[in-house]
Amino acid sequence: MDFSNKYIVSFSLAVCLACSLVVSAFAVGLKDRQEVNKKLDLQTNILVVAGLIEAGDKPTAAEVAVIFEDIEISLYGRESGERVGDAPPGYDVNALMADAKTAGKGASTASMPGVEDRARVGNLPNQLLVFRVRTAGKQCWVLPVWGNGLWSTLKGFLCLEEDLKRVRGITFYEHGETPGLGGEVDNDRWKAQWHGKGIYDPAGELRLEVTKAGKALDPEYQVDGISGATITSVAVSQFVRLWLSEAGYGPFLRTNGGA
Amino acid sequence: MDKKTRKILVDPLHVNNPVTLQVLGICSALAVTTKLETAIVMSAALTFVLVGSNMAISALRNKIPGSVRIIVELAVIASLVIVADQVLKAYVYDISKQLSVFVGLIITNCIVMGRAEAYAMANPVGKSALDGLGNAAGYSAILILVALFRELFGSGKILGMTIMETTNNGGWYQANGLLVLSPGAFFLIGLIIWVQRWISPSIQEED
Repeated sequence: MDFSNKYIVSFSLAVCLACSLVVSAFAVGLKDRQEVNKKLDLQTNILVVAGLIEAGDKPTAAEVAVIFEDIEISLYGRESGERVGDAPPGYDVNALMADAKTAGKGASTASMPGVEDRARVGNLPNQLLVFRVRTAGKQCWVLPVWGNGLWSTLKGFLCLEEDLKRVRGITFYEHGETPGLGGEVDNDRWKAQWHGKGIYDPAGELRLEVTKAGKALDPEYQVDGISGATITSVAVSQFVRLWLSEAGYGPFLRTNGGA
Repeated sequence: MDKKTRKILVDPLHVNNPVTLQVLGICSALAVTTKLETAIVMSAALTFVLVGSNMAISALRNKIPGSVRIIVELAVIASLVIVADQVLKAYVYDISKQLSVFVGLIITNCIVMGRAEAYAMANPVGKSALDGLGNAAGYSAILILVALFRELFGSGKILGMTIMETTNNGGWYQANGLLVLSPGAFFLIGLIIWVQRWISPSIQEED
């Protein structure tokens, strides 16, 4: 069958229009539900990294809300390290990431002298979000971190012990790294390596890092990288170090007892 | 059901299985079969996309200009995949996270494209729907079979319930680590192909 060019173009346009209508209708219609799921997932991740629930547990929104009553969510000045106050209701990591990019509420790492932003975090918020877990026996701090891996922005939480000198755990709740390679940042066994690692040495040097696979010689500070995922491992190392450095949570750690 | 319709539905299950005979859709068959749960959800998503795309393409088959047909097929398939992905994100968020990119990769699954191009473009809507259903069932059967073995022998569980306590958790069963890795799925699919050819020698090629 022969079709005129005009027909082909208008047919293509009609198909595109119909397809985009269907896709948009579903995307918009399901957005609320997805947001609820995302928020619950985020909160569950905080609880897992803090060791309040086991990995794989699936608490309901109500259970999570109960546990969250023991968690103090505050804002700290990035440069001062002082507590500014409670985080406004509804203020979450997404809002924090948005603030980092807003003029006046965040600053570009390029404008910070002496800061090497190799993992291209790009912008840091002026006020940092800190989750302080006060549950008896499990006290710790949970700090949001993010940075660019090979394909995607990895978003996660770093949990530090109450004295802020050691890592309790790390988790990534969102990333698009290659499944099976970079995606192994989700692997529980890899994440378990972070437990107990020191951050600063007694001389005040930032020592925590992810090394090449098989090259972690100093178990006190070094985490073994993921074999086959050098770029992702290096990126995680770089952005975790940026977040813990003077440009990120460094002043907060100092004021509150760590380093 | 007459013989011909039955053939459309049943052939892809065994003698013309898209995975083991045509060797299509292998990528996802390796990637999402470490656990039964993800395999089932992936199968459901593919069934939805395949039946939907076959029906839509078939309904439009006399209107689609030959010069842009592949693009039109892809646009339809891609839209259905996005819809499936959105629904999974809204209702089974955990599993959709585990499936990660593989739901999106249904777009490039050769089975979907292949059925649209080879069947739906030339057959009426009802038959195309059956063809989609049959091929999706063939794909799902292999995926679920592979996932069942991988989960049971790789981690001693079925649908997350412990059947054989592994030594890692203090039990007696030494888990077969190979089955958790992608090569394990290759071996299993190879074995299934062998069994199928042994049952039906008619599908063996002549030397």
